[in-house]
Amino acid sequence: MTERLDGPVAPREGSDSRGDSPGPADTPHKKLRLGPSPAVALAFLLPAALLLGVWVVYPIVFSIFRSLFDAAGTGFVGLGNYVTIFTDGGMLTTIRNNLIWVVVAPIVITTLGLIFAVLTERIRWATAFKLIVFMPMAVSLMAAGVIFRLVYDEDPDKGVANAVLTTINDTFSSSQGYPEARAREGDQSPVAAQGGAVVTKQPVQTGRPVLIPIVGVKPAVMPADAQPAKTPQGGDELAGTVWFDFTPGGGGQSNAVDATEKGLPGMTVEAVGSDGQVAATATTADDGSFRFEGLAAGSYVVRLPQSNFEAAYNGLTWLGPTLITPAIIGAFVWVWAGFAMVLIAAGLAAIPRDALEAARIDGATEWQVFRKITVPLLSPVLLVVFVTMIINTLKVFDLVFIIAPSSVQPEANVVALEMWRVSFGGGNNQGLGSALAIFLLILVLPFMIMNIRRFRRENA
Amino acid sequence: MTTATAPAAPPASGLHAGTPRRGLASRIVDRVGSGAIQVIMVLLGLFWLVPTLGLLVVSMRSVEVNNAEGWWTVFTKPAELTLQNYANLLSSGFTASFWNTVAITVPTTILVIGIAAMAAYAFAWMDFPGRDTLFLVVIGLLIVPIQIALIPIASLYGNLQIFGTIPGVVLFHVAFGLPFAIFLLRNFFVGIPSSLLEAARMDGASEWKIFATVVFPLGKPAIASLGIFQFLWVWNDMLIALVFADAGNQPMTKALQSQMRQFGSNVDILSSGAFLSLIIPLILFFAFQRYFVQGMMAGSVK
Repeated sequence: MTERLDGPVAPREGSDSRGDSPGPADTPHKKLRLGPSPAVALAFLLPAALLLGVWVVYPIVFSIFRSLFDAAGTGFVGLGNYVTIFTDGGMLTTIRNNLIWVVVAPIVITTLGLIFAVLTERIRWATAFKLIVFMPMAVSLMAAGVIFRLVYDEDPDKGVANAVLTTINDTFSSSQGYPEARAREGDQSPVAAQGGAVVTKQPVQTGRPVLIPIVGVKPAVMPADAQPAKTPQGGDELAGTVWFDFTPGGGGQSNAVDATEKGLPGMTVEAVGSDGQVAATATTADDGSFRFEGLAAGSYVVRLPQSNFEAAYNGLTWLGPTLITPAIIGAFVWVWAGFAMVLIAAGLAAIPRDALEAARIDGATEWQVFRKITVPLLSPVLLVVFVTMIINTLKVFDLVFIIAPSSVQPEANVVALEMWRVSFGGGNNQGLGSALAIFLLILVLPFMIMNIRRFRRENA
Repeated sequence: MTTATAPAAPPASGLHAGTPRRGLASRIVDRVGSGAIQVIMVLLGLFWLVPTLGLLVVSMRSVEVNNAEGWWTVFTKPAELTLQNYANLLSSGFTASFWNTVAITVPTTILVIGIAAMAAYAFAWMDFPGRDTLFLVVIGLLIVPIQIALIPIASLYGNLQIFGTIPGVVLFHVAFGLPFAIFLLRNFFVGIPSSLLEAARMDGASEWKIFATVVFPLGKPAIASLGIFQFLWVWNDMLIALVFADAGNQPMTKALQSQMRQFGSNVDILSSGAFLSLIIPLILFFAFQRYFVQGMMAGSVK
């Protein structure tokens, strides 16, 4: 993995002799004759060395030892804590989540960054766009978490994500939900319940209006645009009415369309042939009437499928156990896409335009230019963005902690959060916590080595 | 956190990249697709803007209104906007956490800049045994996860009796800010013309004097980038505060986090607090975005 990620940069130099060869500007000390003594250098380095030694290096050593002991810190357990990490059920969920993060987030962010960088070259308000997309970088992940808790609110009247989803759904689907509505029962009723659906008791003939009386429609789901029910007259097509067979204030006849009774708009109606197949589908109008156009003459059972009686679409449970990780990754993408975009845009600006022009003059399409020239030339920048994102996803903590409601946190858990939880957030097991910290360190170790090797190569 | 990359910082890059030249053929193609691209970009821009806008509107409406209807209804009922949430917040204990954030962030930023600049100067312009190896260690430390130090430093602070205090939080931040800071500044200092330093050394100036009067002033652009980064990073931190700052010393992030458990009923405090906490970072970002972007280019970011 390291090798592959490390890939397309300059080839490694043959000899590692970084000693006397006067490199470019990177070895300025060789030109200096009047450099100070090592003692002076030590004085300049001392504060930094002290802080790094005590706060960063010593803890690494300490954690390695601590991870071999139990919660109390007195009993030696060997690699027991590490075994726990890879066998405990909750831990395995945690590791699985981290895996999802590491696979999904960097790819999505790098791709989005590339798309944004390319597209911003085509608009006049590129600076404004970049500022908008880049802005979340300055915001704390805590605030971003609060922002997305609001976005993902399950109530479509509060959370903007579900508000958008339900609006889109209502635009494209005419089906109107009538939960708890049902067929009028009794011998006189022409219809009956069958499974969750409502069907005509007898097969009906084309040319005679079909009456489908429905009761139990709650006022809250009665559409505002419902009109008084009307029975379609004339024509030899199969037609009829679905209506709310209830006269407000009493009176009215059961199973008959009375003057004040309203049609039920948006009902899906199916005509089922004698072979049991749906021959045609219609939707009721505002007055509850429906008409199957172009249906062959014959006898059919008319059916209102179950979907009519389910609650209306209310969007997704973003913060529930199933969607929580994708939802938080969405917030993470929102935060980091700007970083990817700005870095890639800078790389894009550095690409020689002549190469692109030459390809275009030779008849290459924009897509070919993009695939065969732009992306390969950008690959070093894409790699930097990709690797930075991998490291960031491995360490993700704040967003998960803030966005996942406490009841869902076990399903959303990641290693960095679990480390805090078992050590400080109530778990009180610093042995396991240390093992998790070391595990995290091991996960980023390949990138550490990669950074060092790249620096040595570039400064050799 | 950080990926080591040579500081090839393209000066004109970033948010102000110019529009590139294009040929006739591609201009025709562009004309056709440009309408669609405009629409897509507007939608994407909205996608990035709307969540923050939502926070702002929610923070400016009462709990009752927020529970009754979506924040987007503000466009038809702007009269419902109020600053009451902010007034309530400021009269509660939240102001103290704001000042705690300042008391943590400002000293950290100053200390990181000072200590890292000294080390970076030594790495860039002094000759001492093991210099290159030590610098590679610094690069290695760039991406060490903070988690590794939480437990050891907590017990160390317990022994030193500074657990929960602001100095403890500051020192932790400074230490973990140093690798990136040293890396960034060293790479910038290396580019200072050697003639300037040699002349000063020839005149018999002390290293301290050269550092203070030549290197530090010349390094201002890099120091500005570093300063903004470090400031934002510490200002926005939650994890370190969660572990090392006790209730009396907690910054805004921790204060808000403690309200998260009852998100629905605390939405007034949380939204206005979150928005208050991001005002200063946003001002910094818009005022100094050039340095922000340059620092990111040079160090590929925390």
